[in-house]
Amino acid sequence: MASHRDLPAGLVNQIFHNTGSSSFTEFVSSYAPDLLPRRDEVLATPIGDQVPHATTIVAATFAGGVVMAGDRRATSGNIISQRDVEKVFRADDYSCMGIAGTASTGLEFARLYRVELEHYEKVEGRSMSVQGKANRLATMIRGNLGMAMQGLVVVPLFAAYDPDKDEGRIFSYDVAGGPYERERFDAIGSGSIFARGSLKKLYRDGASADDMAMTLIQALYDAADDDSATGGPDVTRKIWPIVSVIDADGFRRLTEEQVSGYVQQMLDARMISPDGPIAPLR
Amino acid sequence: MSMPFGYASPEQIMRDKADYARKGIARGRSVVVLQYVDGILFVAPNPSRALHKISEIYDRIGFAAVGRYNEFEELRLGGIRYADINGYTYDRSDVTGRGLANLYASNLGRIFTESIKSLEVEVVVAEVGDTREGDAIYRLTFDGSVFDEHGFAAMGGQAEAVSGRLKERYRESMSLADALEVALTALTEPGGERPPVGQLEVAVLDRNREHRKFLRLTGARLERLLAQTTTPPAATPPSSGDAGEAGGTGGTEGAGGSGGAGGPAASGGSAGSGGALPPTGPEGDVDDGSSPL
Repeated sequence: MASHRDLPAGLVNQIFHNTGSSSFTEFVSSYAPDLLPRRDEVLATPIGDQVPHATTIVAATFAGGVVMAGDRRATSGNIISQRDVEKVFRADDYSCMGIAGTASTGLEFARLYRVELEHYEKVEGRSMSVQGKANRLATMIRGNLGMAMQGLVVVPLFAAYDPDKDEGRIFSYDVAGGPYERERFDAIGSGSIFARGSLKKLYRDGASADDMAMTLIQALYDAADDDSATGGPDVTRKIWPIVSVIDADGFRRLTEEQVSGYVQQMLDARMISPDGPIAPLR
Repeated sequence: MSMPFGYASPEQIMRDKADYARKGIARGRSVVVLQYVDGILFVAPNPSRALHKISEIYDRIGFAAVGRYNEFEELRLGGIRYADINGYTYDRSDVTGRGLANLYASNLGRIFTESIKSLEVEVVVAEVGDTREGDAIYRLTFDGSVFDEHGFAAMGGQAEAVSGRLKERYRESMSLADALEVALTALTEPGGERPPVGQLEVAVLDRNREHRKFLRLTGARLERLLAQTTTPPAATPPSSGDAGEAGGTGGTEGAGGSGGAGGPAASGGSAGSGGALPPTGPEGDVDDGSSPL
């Protein structure tokens, strides 16, 4: 790869010539295409099972914001490849994304996406609209379709605070892009079926951020309960889910202490009622 | 480069270009960049809210410029591209102010020697460190010279006069309110009126912020901060005296600190905006108003 640092001075100045767009990805694709995630490789054999996969991500809105949480497990086939992987990323001050699927590709997307949003903001002098952010992510995922067909599937879940509406918004995707805006809550990854079932019963309209964080931790526990690729809270190693809250004050990731507080509460209650809170029948 | 009128010596050509650039830069208003206790403060009188003279380049790096808007805007965009691509290639911590200053310097220098017209811009690249010692302010002139400034830098308009006033009042580890006060005093000619709040572009690189250190100070936040300075701005003449008193008697951190600074700023505060100074000074801003900004 020819880094611009190695180029003679005259060529460095190409940096001043490509002024057509506010998109970082577009600029890099002409300036240093090797830096972008590869989209055109043909793998001799699908390697889907051999690289670590990230699993369950859940997100739900609350009054004036959105919470996203992810478990910490990464698996390669039937092996647990990492116990403390992080799958929820801050994208900018008012949005975050969680990834499920091929962990390495997901990490790369998260890194690129963050630069993409920031680049736009700096160049244009304003934040991208929430819909714009969601669309941009869709294009990136769509670009990965070729790799996804060969087993390197990555699917994000995107959550943002919308200052115009003063509410949290959630967008989900499939391998060919999206975005699909979701009302109230959504989950992705291998444990998502169970998490969604749990959220369906536990979600309350107009709940506080605190309650919603607890709801998501319950949902992740339910997912881990039934899905082998989703990790539950690791009490002995003190590895807790990652929980991020976005509201009018911006993005913040809950501290270890805060999350362990929720987890302890939940575990204490589940010692008595192992299936978790019981939703009223009528 | 073609020479339509026969021979001109290289010295002459360079001198002419430099004179041309200097004149262009001096037409605009000054911009001040200075260190305060938590980082670096940028202050620019700027009537436009859309066309910024101060901008974020990267997590720890800010940019300020004077001169022709289209020219420094291109430098700014190039800088953002450079920083983003470096941070994406390596790590976010691998983007440095020094690297950016060098990129700008080589560009400005090349354009100065190769083009008929040099860029009519002067630029500051400032980087905030984890501690005060890690802060850096680089000032770059139209010919690609780099000046590693210590503590403060002024450019554009009556840069030397502004710089002189800045030097007199600048102290290490000032609070933000004090630093803003010093900057505004430096930007205002003795006896002149301060630019109103609505025509100030103020931003900081605050080392205590997470992720991105750059923050624009606008609206209510800026007004609150200005109220802490000893001399309120001339934006709202009827209430300016009140704000001055509130700052003086409130005993807030900022007001107390700047009161201790003494000097003309403090005496001006008690008498309202610039009241202690002779009324014969030139009116308005330091420039002649012919700048597009």
